Amino acid sequence: MPEKVLMKGNEVIAEAAIRAGCRHYFGYPITPQSEIANYLAWRMPAVGGVFLQAESEIAAINMVYGASGAGARVLTTSSSPGISLKQEGISYIAGAEIPAVIVNVMRCGPGLGGIMPAQSDYFQAVKGGGHGDYRNIALAPYNAQELYELTVKAFDLADKYRMTVMIMADGALGQMMETVEFRDEEKPFEADKSWATTGTGMKRKKNYITSIYIDPEELEKLNNRLQAKYRTIEENEVMYEERDCEGAEIVVCAFGLAARIVRNVMDMAAAEGIKVGLLRPVTLWPFPVKAISDIAEKTDVLLSVELNAGQMVEDVRLAVNGRKPVHFYGRTGGILPTQNEILEEIKRILGRGNK
Amino acid sequence: MMPVMQSPRSLEKPTMHYCPGCSHGIAHRVVAEVIDELGLEGNTIGVSSVGCSYNNYLYFTFDMQQAAHGRAPAVATGIKRVHPERTVFTYQGDGDLAAIGTAEIIHAAARGEKITTIFINNTTYGMTSGQMAPTTLAGQVTTTSPAGRNTSTQGYPIRMSEVLAQLEGAVFIERVSMHDVNHIIQAKRAIKKAFRVQMAGLGFSMVEVLSTCPTNWGLTPIKAVGWLEKNMMEYYKLGNLKGKDLEV
Repeated sequence: MPEKVLMKGNEVIAEAAIRAGCRHYFGYPITPQSEIANYLAWRMPAVGGVFLQAESEIAAINMVYGASGAGARVLTTSSSPGISLKQEGISYIAGAEIPAVIVNVMRCGPGLGGIMPAQSDYFQAVKGGGHGDYRNIALAPYNAQELYELTVKAFDLADKYRMTVMIMADGALGQMMETVEFRDEEKPFEADKSWATTGTGMKRKKNYITSIYIDPEELEKLNNRLQAKYRTIEENEVMYEERDCEGAEIVVCAFGLAARIVRNVMDMAAAEGIKVGLLRPVTLWPFPVKAISDIAEKTDVLLSVELNAGQMVEDVRLAVNGRKPVHFYGRTGGILPTQNEILEEIKRILGRGNK
Repeated sequence: MMPVMQSPRSLEKPTMHYCPGCSHGIAHRVVAEVIDELGLEGNTIGVSSVGCSYNNYLYFTFDMQQAAHGRAPAVATGIKRVHPERTVFTYQGDGDLAAIGTAEIIHAAARGEKITTIFINNTTYGMTSGQMAPTTLAGQVTTTSPAGRNTSTQGYPIRMSEVLAQLEGAVFIERVSMHDVNHIIQAKRAIKKAFRVQMAGLGFSMVEVLSTCPTNWGLTPIKAVGWLEKNMMEYYKLGNLKGKDLEV
């Protein structure tokens, strides 16, 4: 029987990792994701796993590098300023082609910023963050059930493609309690880890894990291999939700918590006779370029709603490629846009002022 | 006939890239001999760091990971926590361990992480052309202390072995040198004991190796040995700082 429980978002992520077969966690405390570590501090030992509180986010991501390179399923979690610290390690993990799952329960910035929810690390996750040409698969859950589903999926994707997968949640999703239904059992992707450093046991040639290639030809080969892998992922792993986009006067693009607010706005708009569609990217990278491009053929105008100063809107505009106007609405500082604010913006764009 | 001397099994055969008179080659050989003698070749996972020895994973025959600058103790921690039955060591220089990686080495030692660190101290950043290191001696000329290290503005060299010996989790710490045969024999004894401490699961162990860098010191290999004896051994006293009486 699937188990239905009421849980805090951060704890859902932690429990999902356990159920996905992750037995090694390395992290450092930071609000608003600390409940993940608090939960795993007792849960990991209970299942024979390792919970280690590192001296910094930098150390934590390098422990992930070591443990993943040694063949384990590994998790680290943090929030925005801590994720910035991890970028060095993320770039090395990309170069060394090892799997890692990294959760970012985003808070508002820049700098130490604040502890309230935000989506302002979109650029960092999908455009880079660390140095060099690499990508992270970036998953954007929008409720507790998706925190579970996408965390489990993140481990499979990381193992399948030997790369970093980031869960892009936000402070509100991490802190709110919702019901989640856990499956009895997961069937993790069975990855070939014959490349891992486990000790040769004198039975095979040595394995080594590195990201340094002094010979430019060799380094370009690595880059070409990475880019080919990224094209495969763009081809096969795009996830999004499309809702009421057929015949919509305006299509709103929003992910995570912003998409939840927009869902309510759609009902309010319908009550006023305005048909609003929603395109919700679930993978921020690979971005649902084709879905948005198709929508641009069918609708007159698009609006990107985000908890930031306008980041994903750039990718929406690239997908639309000038064919239709693309507007942006967002709040920063940890302030959530209200349903009324968004509805007003939609009416302003459509020229439907208050009667 | 029994061979008197042979190349260690744990060492690959290619030509190393190190400069003439550099201590890295000797240190690699000693580590390889110790791993052979302890029967650990198939059981060892090493961690390379950043600096001249960045690619020593090419020189050893066992599994290795290459770590970011200063992070080798964190990487080794990750490996050891996945494979507690394996022997895990880091091989780090003084810029790596005593500057950018101070947090990682101190906390690995404080946790009593059951790993071994081989710490190569040659008082300079060899790979980037001889800049001042945290271990550079007062008055020593480097490319970033061209008038000699001025302690009033550039501070004092850090004695990392003494720093780490303060920590409960660090159970074996010894400083050795590899500038002549007698010292190499002593160094090997210390390195073997450090690995044995790890095998016994007692905690963190480290051997600091005073090393020469003739290229960046601007000396011939022979003169570099004399400089090490006269200057480095004066400030960095050889000997055991912790775990002398451990029986392993």
